[in-house]
Amino acid sequence: MKRKSGTGINSKENLWGWAFIALGTFLIGLFVFYPMVQSFIMSLQTGKGNNLTFGGLDNYIRMASDATLLKAIGNTFIYLLVQVPIMIVLALIISSVLNDKKLKFSGFFRTAIFLPCVTGLVAYSIIMKSIFASDGLVNKLLMAIHAISVPIEWVTHPFWAKILIIIAITWRWTGYNMIFYLSGLQNIDNSIYEAAEIDGASPFKKFTAITVPLLKPIILFTTVTSTIGTLQLFDEVVNITNGGPANATTTISHYIYNLSFRYTPDFGYATAVAYLIVVMIIILAVIQFKVGGDKND
Amino acid sequence: MTKKINLALKYLFLTVISLVSIFPFFWMIISSTNKSVDITRGKLLPGSNFMENLNNLLSSNLGFVNSLGNSAKIAIIATLLALLVSSIAGYGFEIFRTPARDRVFNILLLSMMVPFSALMIPLFKFFAKLNSTPFKFMGLNTIVAIVLPSVCTAFLIFLFRQNTKAFPKEILEAARIDGLGEIAIFFKIFVPTMKTTYAAAAIITFMGNWNNFMWPLIALQSPEKRTVPLIISTLGSSYTPDYGLIMIAIVIATIPTAFVFFVMQKHFVAGMTGSIK
Repeated sequence: MKRKSGTGINSKENLWGWAFIALGTFLIGLFVFYPMVQSFIMSLQTGKGNNLTFGGLDNYIRMASDATLLKAIGNTFIYLLVQVPIMIVLALIISSVLNDKKLKFSGFFRTAIFLPCVTGLVAYSIIMKSIFASDGLVNKLLMAIHAISVPIEWVTHPFWAKILIIIAITWRWTGYNMIFYLSGLQNIDNSIYEAAEIDGASPFKKFTAITVPLLKPIILFTTVTSTIGTLQLFDEVVNITNGGPANATTTISHYIYNLSFRYTPDFGYATAVAYLIVVMIIILAVIQFKVGGDKND
Repeated sequence: MTKKINLALKYLFLTVISLVSIFPFFWMIISSTNKSVDITRGKLLPGSNFMENLNNLLSSNLGFVNSLGNSAKIAIIATLLALLVSSIAGYGFEIFRTPARDRVFNILLLSMMVPFSALMIPLFKFFAKLNSTPFKFMGLNTIVAIVLPSVCTAFLIFLFRQNTKAFPKEILEAARIDGLGEIAIFFKIFVPTMKTTYAAAAIITFMGNWNNFMWPLIALQSPEKRTVPLIISTLGSSYTPDYGLIMIAIVIATIPTAFVFFVMQKHFVAGMTGSIK
């Protein structure tokens, strides 16, 4: 073979290579990177509507004293720090239980648990809202088992509204993450588990000493994607609580939307807030790769 | 004995989780036959209000049927274009691999970390500007404006590139010796052998576009252009939502994706996990 992997490519093939990737690269450039640059320029401008003037870092300074933004950041981090770990641990447990070869009906269980992924985000949000209505099903159930004596105001109480959002997201995405772990578990040789069993390892020990370390790259991947997803949380918040009560459930993305398209358009400030998300995603991804990544990656 | 208890506990755990996962589906179907008041009171039995809910949905001035058409058009056009553009690019990056193109590829991957909220304002302004030019047909309020930004994603290019790695390169050499051009090789040899990858990519793209909410919410302003998620969201956000009617709308909106899921579950899963191979 004349061609070496990678570099040994003649000039005609090289031209074809550029031709093949041209359109895709151009479109991503036009609809992602070009708007990113424009966003950054806009974030240095102040003013309402289309009357924008250069304002330097004014927008970025303004963020520090914006109570609604600070609340939105706080909410987003509550979702991130509570929901993502719960979902990932739950998905890991489910997938390791399902991975048992002796288990019957595992195909049925897998399909059932994965099913929430077929719902649209708007659709499941409204389903959740109806189930958690103040005299609705969940409250009736909780009252029937005497867990509560008065109905919980899921949608209008600042604390419970956050819990509702967390429950909803967990319902929608746990099965999604489980599928990643299941496909990772299939690559783990069953003899490792059998050897551990002979050594008398408990199921918990097998989980923490074999499953979790071997799935580490996939756990890292799902943590990073879930983090990015949570930082962009929008559909659920709009459709379950619309950010309320009194911004108790609003997120950064929701706030950017309101700044741009609900209140008098303040594109300069809105894009500055959007850049805050970009910076957060970069910082969190770097931290997660440092904590969870392999050195030789 | 402890083994048996262990197994029983496993079944119990999985049954509970499965029931919780399935319940909202059961709920939306039951609820579509009930009156709104009964739904918010947690009625768990089927009622007799199905036809009335359906009539209310179809006869309301929301244009639900029209929105089904809009969503279908957007999802189908976006999926076809996305498959074409992304597979060509993914193929190019893998088959004609050079360090320079690898660098381009790595830069494209960075776009996966960019939140849509950082793009929506410039995109909104970009498409708004087109409305006052001869390119009005692709300005705000058009299907083109909804489709274009989602035609090419780094995720899809990545998915196609990963799956191209398993494509036998010797076939390409043989085809070249036979005098087949590069474009013919792609369409006549590559595309037919990659059917499963195309299926997986089609499912994930169709679902994403069918359910897309944020960008249509911003870019589609006239009522007759609205998509299904926009209608459902509008119905759900009214002060006294008519849940009976909403549930039918949700059931109808879920049918295409549920159908795709049950018919092509394997490809469905392959599309989601394809990125970690």
